[in-house]
Amino acid sequence: MKEEFKVISELVDEKSRVLDVGCGDGILMEYLSKNKVVDVRGLEISKEKVKKCLSNGLSVVEGDAEHDLKQFPDLSFDYVILSQTLQAFMSPENVIKDLLRVGKKVIVTIPNFGHWKVRVDLLFKGEMPITKNLPYEWYNTPNLHMCTIQDFYNFCNSKGISIFKTISLNGKKTSKITSSNLKFKNLISELGIFLLEK
Amino acid sequence: MSNFVKMKSITIKKPLKLDCGKEISNFPLAYETYGNLNEKKDNAILIFHALTGDQFASDINPVTNKEGWWNYAVGPGKAFDTEKFFVICANVIGGCMGSYGPGTIDPVTNKPIGTNFPVITINDMVNAQYKLLDHFKIEKLFAVAGGSMGGMQVLQFVSNFPNKSKVALPIACTASHSAQNIAFNELGRQAIMSDINWKNGLYDGKKFNPDKGLAVARMAAHITYLSKKGLQEKFGRNLQERSDLKFGFDADFQIESYLRYQGSVFVDRFDANSYLYITRAMDYFDLTKQYDGNLSKAFKDSKTKFFIISFTSDWLYPTSENKDIVIALNAIGSDVGFVEIKTDKGHDSFLLDVPDFLSTIKNYLNTTYLNINERRI
Repeated sequence: MKEEFKVISELVDEKSRVLDVGCGDGILMEYLSKNKVVDVRGLEISKEKVKKCLSNGLSVVEGDAEHDLKQFPDLSFDYVILSQTLQAFMSPENVIKDLLRVGKKVIVTIPNFGHWKVRVDLLFKGEMPITKNLPYEWYNTPNLHMCTIQDFYNFCNSKGISIFKTISLNGKKTSKITSSNLKFKNLISELGIFLLEK
Repeated sequence: MSNFVKMKSITIKKPLKLDCGKEISNFPLAYETYGNLNEKKDNAILIFHALTGDQFASDINPVTNKEGWWNYAVGPGKAFDTEKFFVICANVIGGCMGSYGPGTIDPVTNKPIGTNFPVITINDMVNAQYKLLDHFKIEKLFAVAGGSMGGMQVLQFVSNFPNKSKVALPIACTASHSAQNIAFNELGRQAIMSDINWKNGLYDGKKFNPDKGLAVARMAAHITYLSKKGLQEKFGRNLQERSDLKFGFDADFQIESYLRYQGSVFVDRFDANSYLYITRAMDYFDLTKQYDGNLSKAFKDSKTKFFIISFTSDWLYPTSENKDIVIALNAIGSDVGFVEIKTDKGHDSFLLDVPDFLSTIKNYLNTTYLNINERRI
């Protein structure tokens, strides 16, 4: 299981209702339902992945977060999770708004474009960086809106979104991100994990 | 047509109040079962058939000697695995395979009831089939499932009996019959009623039946079950056993011949009046209206786990209408899964060998059965 999912599941209270947006193969959903006894649902755009989830008995709805989050009522989930998908939306701002409408709390993870390897690639190679979390070429990437941990942090502040916790993930190492170490963590983290509330 | 084969049936003695206001009692409901009911009686699946189906979902239908209508899906090791589950399927009331319908012989006149049969609804069909739970002493079904009109019955079943099934699988259906659906059904009914042998529905069911009208109804309906692409790929403009056009009105094209064949075999197994009654029941189906325009209300008392399936090329009950059900369920926080299966086979996909569709159902049912047992939900 991905380290990221372990961190996410630690943020989720037991017996809560969770919506995993862009749930993929449902690995996180399965982990949560086995270990946390939560009531967990998923939304996923890929037919193949939806079929896989349903085959495993997971309640996943085929759909696109940019259009299909609408059907979920306000605050109908304790947590809404968005794992490494924000950058692929046409309008990340609207999706975040909708996530915060549907969930009492929202967990968002960001592949960090501010990581030093990314910066070095661009600086020295002069080419768009390709990394473990961002494996695409510029011409076939689904990632339309890349951002750094710092960007997302600033975004939340400017939109009045409360950040409860920010966690840096680098390999298997996790650490806390605070306003004082933000610049440094933005350099060394592969992934930023944010726990948000409206 | 079904008089010479011994069929299983229960007699529903108590009066059943129909939506039309009439009451029926002491009437037969024919059914078939596959697999075995386990000791805990927690492995039963009630399958609802579509417009022209019957209780013979699997194996060989003893009346037509053809494969059961859902033979791809129901059987040992199949999507509805009869090695694990006990599958029950009944012929709807209004049908013509042993259940109470317009073809039933009225003991007073010794003739078919015909159009003296009361107009029935999906709700009436479901209420009649519910009696099967008593018959088998099943407290709670594991699942209810069905495609097309069978899916409508699934929705109606859960709304009528919110906690009598753990899982619900409505497939390629709608919560409310559309104007287009009604239009096609009306076309079929008009074809039957224009047949000189229909005689206001009082034909004798022996020598002179409105076969021509029924065949045309079937032909028209059959087109709606297929996709344009599917038809084009299967038939195109291919000619039927001829090298050139004959400049006449015989079946020059394969598609014409195919439809004529579909019409002609259909009349051997189906009663024209049943076709009228059942299409009427579908047209009257509007679950949203039953709940004051709010479909969510139909499911608000239910803890049933839903799995809804639609097909990309189904234009009769398109994905958007299936999604409306998903949206209504999500609006009240119900447990729902949904997938649109990619296929060119049109509405008929649910009856055909569509591997993705069948394997997803199979795995979903098997896993969910285990999960429910482990967690004792």
